[in-house]
Amino acid sequence: MAIPSKRPTSPHLQVYKLPLTGLVSITHRITGVLLSLGLVLVVWLLSVLVSGQQAYADMQAIMSLMVFKVMYWGFIYALFFHLCHGIRHLLWDAGLSFEHAKLNQYVLIELAASWLLTLLTFILV
Amino acid sequence: MAEFTLPKNSRLIKGETFNAPEVAVNVRNFEVYRWDPESGENPRVDVYQLDMDSCGPMVLDAILKIKNEVDSSLAFRRSCREGVCGSCAMNINGKNTLACTKAIDSYSGTIKIFPLPHMQVVKDLVPDMTHFYAQYASIKPWLETQTPAPADSERLQSKEDRAKLDGLYDCVLCACCSTSCPSYWWNSERYLGPAVLLQAYRWLVDSRDENTGERLDELEDPFKLYRCHTIMNCTDTCPKGLNPAKAIAETKKMLLQRQQG
Repeated sequence: MAIPSKRPTSPHLQVYKLPLTGLVSITHRITGVLLSLGLVLVVWLLSVLVSGQQAYADMQAIMSLMVFKVMYWGFIYALFFHLCHGIRHLLWDAGLSFEHAKLNQYVLIELAASWLLTLLTFILV
Repeated sequence: MAEFTLPKNSRLIKGETFNAPEVAVNVRNFEVYRWDPESGENPRVDVYQLDMDSCGPMVLDAILKIKNEVDSSLAFRRSCREGVCGSCAMNINGKNTLACTKAIDSYSGTIKIFPLPHMQVVKDLVPDMTHFYAQYASIKPWLETQTPAPADSERLQSKEDRAKLDGLYDCVLCACCSTSCPSYWWNSERYLGPAVLLQAYRWLVDSRDENTGERLDELEDPFKLYRCHTIMNCTDTCPKGLNPAKAIAETKKMLLQRQQG
């Protein structure tokens, strides 16, 4: 009889189809990391505000570039998404919104709310 | 630790294809994870074309058909074939479930069958459950009491107290939920996982159990309990329709309430 070889680990991320709740969960983490990085840029923007007229004009020129505009609105969407799922986490911690049949429905509400808040910001700013 | 890719010895290689008999008209493809501990090779995925006109309705029937008629070396666990023993838990088309209660017709196209995710494979679809059972034993899944039992009766429960165990006692410990949980994948050596935590909660809310305090002490740990990040894969995948995520949330609440006195 041959000597058995070392046991393999069965496939996980490679085969598992994450449900909507799982996708939102990992997105919450990713947006959390991106928001932390983005905050460094926000601080830089704030510091520019007090660095005089020329610096302010330069900053405005940079921020009107398409790529920075996309980053800016991406940051705002990430913020609202993170906020909405954060509220979901608070509800969960209170023992609420665990109904099996409604899991996807709650995710859709979260997503709709985050888009709506982003849209509202776009209109109001 | 989180390791997103499979170790070298676990990466899949292409397997064999077993064609259906030529007379078959109603054919479906089944891709099945195979690993032979004595071959020295990496795991592979074999393709079986089965004649659905001579196959039972459930995925387990298809697996049995493969073993009976195509390749008798296929290894898997099964027993009750009605969803109460939890033996045939596996990953079917990307989701963990019991092969015996999942109808083939609930899927379209090829059906992909893998062992429960992120487990050590003993052979083919048989994962090593030793650690999972050891974790289950660690929560002392039995009634613990301080007071002597009544002399003339069992320890009785009101109907309301008994109802608190519904949705908890029904767990068959198939491990579908625990092995669907990314947190359990990365931290199973220290995190208890949804199945075991649901069982822990089952004893926490049992009105006859008198060791609630000690049980909570045991669970109050950054890893054992608090690696649950409410990803909800457990509740999503449970083939018995139970809600481990809610049981975990209730346990966290119990700990908080105890802290506040």
